[in-house]
Order: sequence, then C-alpha cells, then structure tokens
Amino acid sequence: MDQITIRNAVLSDLEAVIALDLVGVSEEKPTYWRGIFDRYVTAGKDGGFFLVAETQDEVIGFIVGEVRAWEFGSPPCGWVFAMGVSPQTREQGVGELMFQQMCERLKKAGVTIVRTMVDRENKLTLSFFRSQGLRTGRYIELEKSIDGL
Amino acid sequence: MKLHKASLFGLYAVLELASNPKRQLSATDIADKYGISTHHLAKVLRTLVRSGLVQAVRGAGGGYRFSGIVNRTTLLDVIELFESLESELDAPAPQGQAASAVIEELQSITREIDDLTKAVLDTITLETALNGSRQRALSPS
Repeated sequence: MDQITIRNAVLSDLEAVIALDLVGVSEEKPTYWRGIFDRYVTAGKDGGFFLVAETQDEVIGFIVGEVRAWEFGSPPCGWVFAMGVSPQTREQGVGELMFQQMCERLKKAGVTIVRTMVDRENKLTLSFFRSQGLRTGRYIELEKSIDGL
Repeated sequence: MKLHKASLFGLYAVLELASNPKRQLSATDIADKYGISTHHLAKVLRTLVRSGLVQAVRGAGGGYRFSGIVNRTTLLDVIELFESLESELDAPAPQGQAASAVIEELQSITREIDDLTKAVLDTITLETALNGSRQRALSPS
C-alpha cells in the first residue's frame, strides 16, 4: 500500500468523512458531521482532535477524540467517539496508525487513559479496539427504554 | 464464569499451536507445558481437528499444527466447540405466577451476564490474545 499520512482534518474533508461514515449504516448524518467539523475543525476545540488518514490525496479513514473531565465522576481522560476506515483499505494498519496518533495527542494533552464505547454487536470495531489493548473499563453503561412512558 | 476443563485445554492447545503455525507439536508437548492431562488433551485435540482449527500430521515426527485463521478465530469460537456458555437456571415446575415471575427475572439477569461474557470472548481473536501473552512474557508483573 502507498504511504499513509495522518493529518488534522480540514473543512474540505467533510464529504469524504460523511461517505466513510455511511459505510454499513442506513442513515446519513450530515447535520451531526457539520456540527463535529464546526467544533473540532473550525473552532479547534481545546483538547479535541479530529484526524484523517490519507493516501494519494484520498481520505481513507478518520478518528475523532477529545479530553473529557469529570463526566460520570471520572477524572480527565481521552475519549475516542468516532472512527472509520474505508472497507477497501482495511487490515492494512490504517486504524492502528490513526489510533496511535490519537493516543499520542491525548497523552500530550495530559491524560493517561483512553476510552471508547462500541455497540456489543459491532464485532469488527470491538475486535479492533481489543487488538489495540483496550479492555472492559471501570464504568458500566446502563440504559432503559422510556418509549412506553 | 467457570470454563469446562475441555474448553480451557482447547484454548491452551489452540493458542500454543497458533503462536507458531508452522510448528508441529504432540499432545504430550502441549500437556507437559501447561501441566495438564495428556489423555484429556488428546480428546480435546480430536474435537479441534474435526472443527478444522487444528490439523493432525501423521507419521514419524507427526503431531498437531494450527490450520485456522489467527486473526479471525475468537476465543468464543474455541470455547463453543466444547460448551454453550448459557447459564442454567434449574426451575422444576414453579407453582403459580409469582414463582414464575421470580424465575423469569432471574433468567433475564443471567441472560444479561451471558450476553456480556460472550460479547467479550467473541471479540478477542487468537492474534489479540497471543499479542497480549507476548507482552506479558516480556514484562511479567
């Protein structure tokens, strides 16, 4: 594979990121992604990082993370809350490169733990994060349907 | 969670063989390394051969070799060759709705636990487990 570059996302990456995020899901989320670009690219949110992987001028992956402090009582830690890699370039180390760079930036921002949350049915993403050394953490996500209220 | 001995021996054997897919090992080689019964392990290896994860190599110097896909096979794939990982809640004919409701509630809780257990084991590939083991070997706690 050609050289992969990991760089900060720029506004012109918006369409490519939306297209990558659409893989395997039925719903496009343009409003969500515009909001994310507004906060993490245009405004350059403090402690937030939006990176893309690029090869031959084509965006083949993205990762977004930030430092969050005292949510759920947790001391400051890094959260990776969005990530995607083009299906054509999977298993070539793109996700690993992006995740490593994200961890380096989060560490420079002063945190020592990185977290994420993944649907338990999403084996592909769960297996990826486990391969990067992530394990079930100290916090347990709980939920309840309030549809019938 | 308490794994059956067969599942545990299956994991030992598969991880040992997958750590070097070109290498052939006998049941005794693996049993000696992990301090387990060769006789029991031989039975486990027969199940692993039938599943296609392991290949039996016949003849002098024969043994077993890993023949699966190391980054596609999960720990759960190995365990489910030997057990189902479903909690068993023995409920012999409950009398009345209240007793049934208690049993149903307990079954729903054990299902939640079972689902979580499976979600963990089904996303750790042999490759990930081997990488973790190698790191531990390099920096023992």
